[in-house]
Amino acid sequence: MASQPNNIEGQNKNSNSRVIARLMFVVVGMFGFGFALVPLYDVFCDVTGINGKTGDQVTLAEDLQVDTSRVVEVEFIASLNDSMPWEFKPMVHSVKVHPGESTRIAYVAVNKTDRAIVGHAVPSVAPGRAAGYFQKTECFCFTEQKLEPGEEKEMPVIFVVDPELPDDVSQLALSYTFFIKPSGASKDTASLADNSNQEI
Amino acid sequence: MSAVIEEHHEHHDHKPSGIGRWLFSTNHKDIGTMYLWFSFIMFFVGGAMALVIRAELFQPGLQLVEPEFFNQMTTLHGLIMVFGVIMPGFVGLANWMVPMMIGAPDMALPRMNNWSFWLLPGAFGMLLASLVMSLMGMGSAPNFGWTFYAPLSTTYGPASTDYFIFSVHLMGISSIMGAINIIATIMNMRAPGMTYMKMPIFVWTWFITAYLLIAVMPVLAGVVTMMLMDRNFGTSFFNAAGGGDPVLFQHVFWFFGHPEVYIMILPAFGVVSQIVPTFARKKIFGYSSMVYATASIAFLSFIVWAHHMFTTGMPVAGELFFMYATMLIAIPTGVKVFNWVSTMWRGSMTFETPMLFAIAFIFLFTIGGFTGLMMCIAPADFQYHDTYFIVAHFHYVLATGAAFSIMAAVYFWIPKWTGNMYDEKLGKLHFWVTAISANVLFFPMHFVGLAGMPRRIPDYSLQFAEFNAMATVGAFVFGLSQLIFLYNVIKTIRGGVKATDRVWDGADGLEWTLPSPAPFHSFTTPPTLK
Repeated sequence: MASQPNNIEGQNKNSNSRVIARLMFVVVGMFGFGFALVPLYDVFCDVTGINGKTGDQVTLAEDLQVDTSRVVEVEFIASLNDSMPWEFKPMVHSVKVHPGESTRIAYVAVNKTDRAIVGHAVPSVAPGRAAGYFQKTECFCFTEQKLEPGEEKEMPVIFVVDPELPDDVSQLALSYTFFIKPSGASKDTASLADNSNQEI
Repeated sequence: MSAVIEEHHEHHDHKPSGIGRWLFSTNHKDIGTMYLWFSFIMFFVGGAMALVIRAELFQPGLQLVEPEFFNQMTTLHGLIMVFGVIMPGFVGLANWMVPMMIGAPDMALPRMNNWSFWLLPGAFGMLLASLVMSLMGMGSAPNFGWTFYAPLSTTYGPASTDYFIFSVHLMGISSIMGAINIIATIMNMRAPGMTYMKMPIFVWTWFITAYLLIAVMPVLAGVVTMMLMDRNFGTSFFNAAGGGDPVLFQHVFWFFGHPEVYIMILPAFGVVSQIVPTFARKKIFGYSSMVYATASIAFLSFIVWAHHMFTTGMPVAGELFFMYATMLIAIPTGVKVFNWVSTMWRGSMTFETPMLFAIAFIFLFTIGGFTGLMMCIAPADFQYHDTYFIVAHFHYVLATGAAFSIMAAVYFWIPKWTGNMYDEKLGKLHFWVTAISANVLFFPMHFVGLAGMPRRIPDYSLQFAEFNAMATVGAFVFGLSQLIFLYNVIKTIRGGVKATDRVWDGADGLEWTLPSPAPFHSFTTPPTLK
């Protein structure tokens, strides 16, 4: 601060300026905090493993000990976003696997419209606390899927249930929801979608 | 300004005149008056919307309005009551009373104070303009509930949503500037000898409320900016197809939203803490615990937001955390209720209108708090959520809570503001009709909510009919009785029995050392504390 003013008003102005500056800093900081919550929630879900996010990244196939004493049933669910006109279903409804054992299943998607559509599938595993133990080594959800008009495609998933899966979990559900891929966006970025004003 | 000029000023007590007096005011009393009139007018506007809602809900079936319009009524009713009535009402009380209570000549930043006020008619003009357009058949006003969840408000919102967003930005800027002003005033302009722990409780509650505002209004600004970006700039904050998440909206909104409801109640606690000791003729019981309890409530309010989201599919660990944290808030709140009752214990009590409203507040707010405790039990909330049980809860804490405290404050302080006593008979009449009709209006909502009536619906199953009819009758009596209040306020401004400086027998504090009406400029030289 400049030299201390020698009257109450001047001193008040100084202390007011200090208070205002500090409070404005908090205001700007909290505004940024609101936006920071977007990546912060991702970090929180990663660290705690909740929210059912299995990640859309490939897990490397390791040699895991297969636990033949235990059987886990994995069910497969297929959903479509409201604006996605494909047909989409799993080829099997469920499989029984041993933890540690690599398994391949497939979904089927059909584009019955007359235009090519690029889709992107978002996976989710229930219960949420089991999501961290469900490793996908290959999955159609890692990349965009383009279907020409009338095209039908088989979409494989290769997964391993980690033997560290908590003992009280004996059933898992793997669910995919197919969305029309927003044009102009790359798979990894969460921004620049062009479908924000769709008609109902 | 030198001391000579200040004294000169005091003798003249010169006020500006004409429309400029109000448009360009830098006077905390005039600005307080404008906030209070704005709040009162908005109370009738939002109240009229409530009556449209209640009229439609009087009987099962759709009789009066289209569902699309009904949704606009529920949305605007909520927005107006929260942002246009309760918040400006308390800011008006703060503007009038805080400088006088701490012996300050005005707020720290009088010109910013002016702008804080005048942003509000602009913001609400914009919001209500969308309703006018809607009534003229040109599109829809906001219709997604006052909590404006995405994607209903983003992907599926009407064109007026962008004006709604701008409106919220303006209200937020107004609140943030007001809060900065309050903090600077309280920190820097207390009279010599007024330490923090000697400030009136109303000043303390506003001090803490101002910090809450600074912390969370920017988060609201953030969430509406994200909405704006999703709607207009191609982002996907809340759009799963682009990698975003609608639940993110709820998290960011309620991170603001929960502290917001404490912003709306802490000043009410302050008002009650001024009124009860006055009419019990006894100092507030447990002054420091009142301060600490208020601070604890404010702090805890930051860590409970997801209790509004128990049904979104949160993991059990999350539900438990937010349940326990929410239960904790009951403790400091209970301390405050206990202290008000203890203040009355063995006091010399009289029951003028402000005291009637204050006592009704204590009782009815506590009922609202109890239903809040019920809802905080996460598994039980699965039944209560999005039903009329919730509607009953928040109307008890906001209508028979916050709004009653504003009415109490007006009766309490209007003799100081105008120099005239209000009409006590009319005041008591207003109180009794209001208090009884409010309970006829809101209590049945508990029952229909528990029985399964959802909220935000224009029509309902037949088994809810009788209680809805009851509530509607209560609503119309409640709404009409506010005209008694309006009449009394105008009558008091125009004349009445002259008020003394002290006004109330048990009144204590710097504000009661000033003449009634308080001079246009007061405490231009700081008072000495006794």
